[in-house]
Amino acid sequence: MNNPLKKKYTVVIVGGGPAGLSAALGARAAGAERILIIDREIEVGGILNQCIHSGFGLHHFKEELTGPEYAERCINSARSADVEILSDSYVLDISPELQLEIISSRYGYLNLKAQAVVLAMGCRERTRGAIRTPGFRPAGVMTAGLAQKMVNMKGLLPGRRIAILGSGDIGLIMARRLILEGCEVTGVYEVQPYSNGLTRNLVQCLDDFAIPLHLSTTVAFIHGRDRVEGLTIAPVNEQYIPDPKRSWEVACDTLLLSIGLIPENELSTKLRLRMDPATGGPQVTSTLETSLPGVFACGNVLHVHDIVDFVSEEASRAGRFAAEVAAGRRRPSDNIALQAGANIASCVPQSLSPDRKQTIYLRVKQPVKNCILTIGDRYEKKFRVLTPSEMIRLTLAPEVLDRYFGENLKIDVRSQEVA
Amino acid sequence: MYDVIIIGGGIVGCALARELSRYRLKLALVEKEVEVGFGTSKTNSGIIHAGHHSPANTFKGKFEWAGNQMWDDLARDLKFGFDRIGELLLALNPDDVKYLENLKKQGEDRGVTGLEIWAPPRIQKEEPNLSHTILQALHAPTAAVINPYEACFGLIECAQQNGAELFCGYLVSDIVKDGRNFTIQTPQQNFRGRIIINAAGVFADQIAALVGADNFKIVARKGEEYLLDRRLQGIVTRLIFPTPTANSKGVLIIPTVDGPIMVGPTADNIENREDLSTSFAGAHKIFESVRRYCPAISERDTITEFAGLRAIADTNDFVIGPTPIKGFYNVAGIQSPGLTAAPAIATYVTAMLQDDGLALEEKTDWEAEVDGPPHFAQKGKKERQAALMRDPAYGRIVCRCELVTEAEVRYAIRHGARTLDGVKFRVRAGMGRCQGGFCTTRIMDLLSETLGIPLTDISKRGPGSEVCRPRQERLPVGDQT
Repeated sequence: MNNPLKKKYTVVIVGGGPAGLSAALGARAAGAERILIIDREIEVGGILNQCIHSGFGLHHFKEELTGPEYAERCINSARSADVEILSDSYVLDISPELQLEIISSRYGYLNLKAQAVVLAMGCRERTRGAIRTPGFRPAGVMTAGLAQKMVNMKGLLPGRRIAILGSGDIGLIMARRLILEGCEVTGVYEVQPYSNGLTRNLVQCLDDFAIPLHLSTTVAFIHGRDRVEGLTIAPVNEQYIPDPKRSWEVACDTLLLSIGLIPENELSTKLRLRMDPATGGPQVTSTLETSLPGVFACGNVLHVHDIVDFVSEEASRAGRFAAEVAAGRRRPSDNIALQAGANIASCVPQSLSPDRKQTIYLRVKQPVKNCILTIGDRYEKKFRVLTPSEMIRLTLAPEVLDRYFGENLKIDVRSQEVA
Repeated sequence: MYDVIIIGGGIVGCALARELSRYRLKLALVEKEVEVGFGTSKTNSGIIHAGHHSPANTFKGKFEWAGNQMWDDLARDLKFGFDRIGELLLALNPDDVKYLENLKKQGEDRGVTGLEIWAPPRIQKEEPNLSHTILQALHAPTAAVINPYEACFGLIECAQQNGAELFCGYLVSDIVKDGRNFTIQTPQQNFRGRIIINAAGVFADQIAALVGADNFKIVARKGEEYLLDRRLQGIVTRLIFPTPTANSKGVLIIPTVDGPIMVGPTADNIENREDLSTSFAGAHKIFESVRRYCPAISERDTITEFAGLRAIADTNDFVIGPTPIKGFYNVAGIQSPGLTAAPAIATYVTAMLQDDGLALEEKTDWEAEVDGPPHFAQKGKKERQAALMRDPAYGRIVCRCELVTEAEVRYAIRHGARTLDGVKFRVRAGMGRCQGGFCTTRIMDLLSETLGIPLTDISKRGPGSEVCRPRQERLPVGDQT
């Protein structure tokens, strides 16, 4: 088949989900000439396509949309901005010189040169192996996202009587979704003493449907040789060890796992990018550039976000900075390293430059109430509640860092009260 | 009327089927699972033992070294994953050093080549990630790793292309002897045969009991295994064994043929022969043990875990040979080093049948080779380009963790895969770090489309393990007016 692709692109974006699409728009707005999105699915839009519930877009589009609606807006904008989209194709490798090796069912083996690359591959779900849940290995144990795909994309049900391990947002959304499909949901079991989902999902997906959330509780054993027949549920101690004496049995035919997300960094690892163990994504500068010049990262491949609106915002900036670098315009490089201090689990970007407005994304380790977040001696903000499940987004005006001559800034969250 | 019927499609049954398919015989293999290799063989550690482990004067000792030497040709002909990476047996305590020396002598007496005792400097040079407290290690270059399920698929496919008949999903319910012949009963149909080979693994004593040839008992000994993320690939380059205990070879570090590191197995005798569960205790034991000799291995890197059952006969050796019931042979109790020994057992049993009067006339058109799965991920750029020109389905990545293309999934189905596990164990789709999170529905679509069955009939590993349910009929909601 005739190959309409060019040999050289200004910006090539790997991944056509909300991050990739927004990055393309950001690059276009900054004047990049030839922009290409490569996606492995037949349809771009990423995981939004299977998120048929509403609640997307409140920040970005100032209205409430479903996942496919949000995706459609991004796709339409990209198309009308003349962004080229190569779907059903897979990036095998990227060289440090930004030569991409791609296979495509339509055009075969392709080689492209990019002036800048934006990584936007998203994330994957943690599996049973990651937590080593004991028991049999029957059908009916699957990640919540896979169940979502089955129900919303294929019109199939994962089972009839569902238990959910982990209170991640996808698990909460699926609890509601499966109730609406006529299934029973026995409960959500969360090993932590607090929930890992957004408060709005706890309210709208569990409370509204009277689905119990069991904190500090886990699945201690999976029963059933061929198909899930039941679970042993047990409370855990502070070391997360289940207590068999206080365990109980739950009959069900399905166990959904919503136990966390991991950035998909196969390409980043191949490129030997410097990684941040706290986020699972690459380390980036304040222009979202990785340790390899010309390679940028955004969205869930950089760090797992809670809401797509922030993904779009971050990705749009990544696209803009990528376009600038492709055009030979570089911002001053960062000269302040951010350090995660008290009760800070992760921080993106990992460094700052004082010359412009900065956006920082943070997560706390432990939930806290009535606390103060400080960034060195330059910035202070009070919060009523902070939890690991809700990302903190701060914008720092240039004045905050004006005439700051240190090399490190430590971020701390301090509180007298545990939430 | 079959000349020979083999009961059990594990590695032994499959090796024997291929061996017997060389001759003009009417041959059948009857397997209770939905595909071959789905019992003990699928959960095997995947090791071809170096040849020196098992004591002399046992079947185990006799066939370990003989079998070891047969695998290169088999891997070449049947295109399954196989690599002679060698093994290191570690002495962690002063008592172990003597054991190493004895084992070296036992191996050399039998002709095992290349055995060498390494001192710490050599160990650290060759395997820098092992603990520096290891006193000595016995290096055995003849040890290999293998994909045992691929070997089963290759062996049976070769047997089938040479005329053997395969019946999967047929559970033997009874065996009746009438005169000189046997009738094997299954829910679907009966099979008449002159010679019955019982290779029924952990159920071999129950099968033997159907004709009263059960002069042995089988105990199932469970082993849990933990497969680790590719992040740790290359942390060791050889099989790593501690000095063994009475019950098992200890917890091993296994660099699998496909790269990822696997650790295990445990060894616990169990009552229930269907019990394939894993446990907190098993995981704890494995990682505690392994950390003593390879501190960098952590349970946090687990991508999946599973358990398998070894068939241990009460003689603690293989039970191979004729029974008082003429025409009924046991090939049972094939515990470690059973996988290693399987091809040697197959030739031994074939010769035994011939000695007992079975006429073996070689086929002139016997075909030793099969094509084997086209592992796209292992191919170089040129080969990939050529494959893409031939079939655009190579351009569609189904499983991104293991880089498996649609063309390979289609191959797996053409070659007998009927289930998600069947596809996974033939071409690795779903075997990587996301454990099928992304590719399951895609593979279900391909199975459904190719086999012409509804999605709701697609199972993980056979009837009863269907992956999903049909959507429910809409029920009237409340009293909406």
